[in-house]
Amino acid sequence: MAAQVMDSSFEQEVLKCDLPVLVDFWAPWCGPCRAMGPVIDELANEYAGRVKVVKMNVDENPASPSKYGIRAIPTLILFKGGEVVEQSTGAVSKSTIKEMIDKKIG
Amino acid sequence: MKIFDAVVIGGGPAGMTAALYLLRAGVKVALCEKLSPGGQVLMTEVIDNYPGHPKGIKGYELADLFAAHLDNYQPERFNDEVREITPGPDGEYELLVGAERIKAKAVVICTGARYRRLGIPGEEKFLGKGVSFCALCDGNFFRDQTVAVIGGGNSALEESLYLARLVKKIYLIHRRDEFRGCKCYLDKCLINPKIQPVLSTVVNEIQGGTAGVTGLLLKDLKTGETRELPVDGVFVFVGFEPVGDFFPEGLERDKAGFVMTDGEMKTNLPGIFAAGDIRSKACRQVITAAGDGATAATAAYAYLEHLHV
Repeated sequence: MAAQVMDSSFEQEVLKCDLPVLVDFWAPWCGPCRAMGPVIDELANEYAGRVKVVKMNVDENPASPSKYGIRAIPTLILFKGGEVVEQSTGAVSKSTIKEMIDKKIG
Repeated sequence: MKIFDAVVIGGGPAGMTAALYLLRAGVKVALCEKLSPGGQVLMTEVIDNYPGHPKGIKGYELADLFAAHLDNYQPERFNDEVREITPGPDGEYELLVGAERIKAKAVVICTGARYRRLGIPGEEKFLGKGVSFCALCDGNFFRDQTVAVIGGGNSALEESLYLARLVKKIYLIHRRDEFRGCKCYLDKCLINPKIQPVLSTVVNEIQGGTAGVTGLLLKDLKTGETRELPVDGVFVFVGFEPVGDFFPEGLERDKAGFVMTDGEMKTNLPGIFAAGDIRSKACRQVITAAGDGATAATAAYAYLEHLHV
């Protein structure tokens, strides 16, 4: 399972993390986000120890999505050393996400 | 390599129904879905026209119920994208699903449709930064702001009504001089004080800056005049396009790319069937997708019988 991060823990959990971090910005009322949920959880297991995979509920945490200009969900952002290295919007397949991650952490 | 009697591609209403009927007939089925089950149903707030639910049902609830119906039958699930279908020497088909290869005697394509892009400057650039194809997903980011909805069919009208509950103002922009959508939605749109129709008008460009969309460049088709319209976001509902880029060579499709079938859901290729929104047809509804799925499964079963499976 991918852990949830909050605005309050974002800096510590994401920006200051030693590993690359994939953040799934989602909300409970968003169908495509629900569709992506299980895929994100599987990726969290598959990349354990190499990439940290977390979810952020944009309903409960407005500050971080706003900081990164997110106006559509699901949005995935891959952070490395606190910087955005890759971003994608919309529900995409597991293979597509894996390619996006592997290209940047390879 | 795993070998199946039938592979169903897509886990929306058509695919889940096709899988259900095939499984109940005792066929060995693989079900490939790249996301979780539901398809476009998951993007719909309330489904008001699925018989048996007179008070309407939330899209995700109906999707969950469809999925639960398969729980008793256990298809083999592949949670990834189908990337290739190639015919084998013995009349079977080989599929590449994610990184895995599987084989099947019959294939039911139920990959569905998605909202078509306009293909204008700014659309791709500001995707997720003010350009959206899902009011239910992204409407909340535009609370008390001004947005445009582009399109004149049922989706555009229905989504405008949903957005009107959140945003300050909606410009409902359509290229024709009247809307195509059904009266039940249109009447509600026309009396809604937040919705302002802008007819006989096309959007030539979506404009914006680093923070996202700031406005649209419009062209009035009657006068030929162009003007700028400031908006914070734009929702595009201008019809559908087929999903999937793996179709087998020689599969007959219409001009828009939808798969041609007969009334039994057979395509021009032996052993390949199609059901739901991916078919070339006029009516794309949850109920017709489910109906197609059942019909396709029946035809696929007859095909397998004929092969003496």
